Amino acid sequence: PKKGQSGLGKSTLVNTLFKSQVSRKSSGWNREEKIPKTVEIKAIGHVIEEGGVKMKLTVIDTPGFGDQINNENCWEPIEKYINEQYEKFLKEEVNIARKKRIPDTRVHCCLYFISPTGHSLRPLDLEFMKHLSKVVNIIPVIAKADTMTLEEKTEFKQRVRKELEVNGIEFYPQKEFDEDLEDKTENDKIRQESMPFAVVGSDKEYQVNGKRVLGRKTPWGIIEVENLNHCEFALLRDFVIRTHLQDLKEVTHNIHYETYRAKRLNDNGGLPPTPATPDSATGLSLQHVAPPRWE
Amino acid sequence: MDSIIIQERLVERLLSPRTQAQRSHPGKLKDHEKQYVGFATLPNQVHRKSVKKGFDFTLMVAGESGLGKSTLVNSLFLTDLYKDRKLLNAEERINQTVEIIKHTVDIEEKGVKLKLTIVDTPGFGDAVNNTECWKPITDYIDQQFEQYFRDESGLNRKNIQDNRVHCCLYFISPFGHGLRPVDVEFMKALHEKVNIVPLIAKADCLIPSEIRKLKERIREEIDKFGIKVYQFPECDSDEDEEFKQQDRELKESAPFAVIGSNTVVEAKGQRVRGRLYPWGIVEVENQAHCDFVKLRNMLIRTHMHDLKDVTCDVHYENYRAQCIQQMTSKLTQDNRIESPIPILPLPTPDTETEKLIKMKDEELRRMQEMLQKMQQQMQDQ
Repeated sequence: PKKGQSGLGKSTLVNTLFKSQVSRKSSGWNREEKIPKTVEIKAIGHVIEEGGVKMKLTVIDTPGFGDQINNENCWEPIEKYINEQYEKFLKEEVNIARKKRIPDTRVHCCLYFISPTGHSLRPLDLEFMKHLSKVVNIIPVIAKADTMTLEEKTEFKQRVRKELEVNGIEFYPQKEFDEDLEDKTENDKIRQESMPFAVVGSDKEYQVNGKRVLGRKTPWGIIEVENLNHCEFALLRDFVIRTHLQDLKEVTHNIHYETYRAKRLNDNGGLPPTPATPDSATGLSLQHVAPPRWE
Repeated sequence: MDSIIIQERLVERLLSPRTQAQRSHPGKLKDHEKQYVGFATLPNQVHRKSVKKGFDFTLMVAGESGLGKSTLVNSLFLTDLYKDRKLLNAEERINQTVEIIKHTVDIEEKGVKLKLTIVDTPGFGDAVNNTECWKPITDYIDQQFEQYFRDESGLNRKNIQDNRVHCCLYFISPFGHGLRPVDVEFMKALHEKVNIVPLIAKADCLIPSEIRKLKERIREEIDKFGIKVYQFPECDSDEDEEFKQQDRELKESAPFAVIGSNTVVEAKGQRVRGRLYPWGIVEVENQAHCDFVKLRNMLIRTHMHDLKDVTCDVHYENYRAQCIQQMTSKLTQDNRIESPIPILPLPTPDTETEKLIKMKDEELRRMQEMLQKMQQQMQDQ
């Protein structure tokens, strides 16, 4: 899913990442919807295909996050949603007659959009990531990076990395889950140099040097989304989709989910919670979130 | 080149009065001399006196941090007011409250002196909970009005210092889809106390179509929420066409989408203020790139005086009327004689003095208690 205040280009970026209209982005800026009064959770499911490989992709948006005057605890609905998916999975797992392939609605990755102020993280960013890095894989992303020069970008990234470290926030890929030396070297480089990825998204194409590229046309030049000299979109895409997609799922299942499960078992005195039968009452009071719409 | 000529003429207009026309026709003077009393030189005299006295202007900047406010102020006045500033990191900002910081600088141009005061509002809108974060700002503005009111009503009125805020530049984030709740609340709290000029900050992250739509959206929302931003006054009918055209363009561009820069880069063989990106150079003073020039012209070259006038004639008078009303209603309640000069209540003491007063009150009370006890004891004996 993606989190961050409205207007940071989340929908455009997700569409660019998956090269399809997987995110409900209204045409341009004419948003009829007002900023919602509380944080909403909207999940939309898609099936996309490439090279014969099919993928069920669910994009979860969090409109309203960080937009109010008082944003205290605005991450709570999000934390709750994530835990509910773990709960659902757990109930299926402890079933006597359980399904061969348990439907997995757990959140594998959370892209957190940082506002490119050029100064540092905002208190809200810290609060959110502190709470949620413990339950889900967070990948911090600097949104709308076309507002910073190369120098400003480098300095900002350094400052953000330092602040995350000082505050004990472990973003994905977490140091403690590196499996072997090979992983560690590869991930170290990403952690200490590339992340957070400074990205620019666009769904419009322009002609540059005879090629059609995704970009943004300004009076002073065309920003090419997939040009590594302009922004790090390609790095983010490769990272999330081409190299670490499977790992994101594994870390979610082996670590975050197991942590949740252990806690639940402990709370229940070592016993598994009530399995999910068609008419059993749920242990938690699930907030009313519509299940993903499939398109 | 045309725009430079127009700008030069605007400066001329400010520096020299309209009687220039008369001086350029020396031949005609002779005819006029017979019916010429000479008070047409009054504007010149006023001009000389004001230049000697110098001008002052107080500008407030507000908006969340990281929107380029300091950079823009430096670009507007070609100074570096923020050399020794220390930026706080996120953790330090968790418990920060909104502060009010003043920077004063004296600048001079063609013999005209300007004492410029910039009122900064660091911390505004940065916290997790921003409820009423504009209160320190409204309090500050009210305090300046109150100060001026006292000075004006005082006995010695020779050298009143005018610290009233003449204009507030409000920075709107370009990363949103319009006004955020905190923007609306701020402007509504302040629109009847100060001239608000809303700006779209860091406009270089938007492409022209996005800027157009955002401006439209903001204008709609300003109407919808009944926010009274500063209105540019109507042109005099005797102005020339170019001036009127410029004025129209100005009004249609609001809110201005601005970019600031502290650095000079080389573009097309010229050294300009700008930002160097891998995909091109943004020039701050290029009207095709942003509205910086429009803002500067409006704020400094054409409307500075009007901003001050509206502050004095509208916002301050509103404050004064409210104040007097409150006081007279109090007086009639107490049935006292009304005096033509309003009797101001004692100034509200600051926290230090209040603490002291409280302490002394406590002491008094304790002493009284002790006295009572002693009296009791004496009686019992």
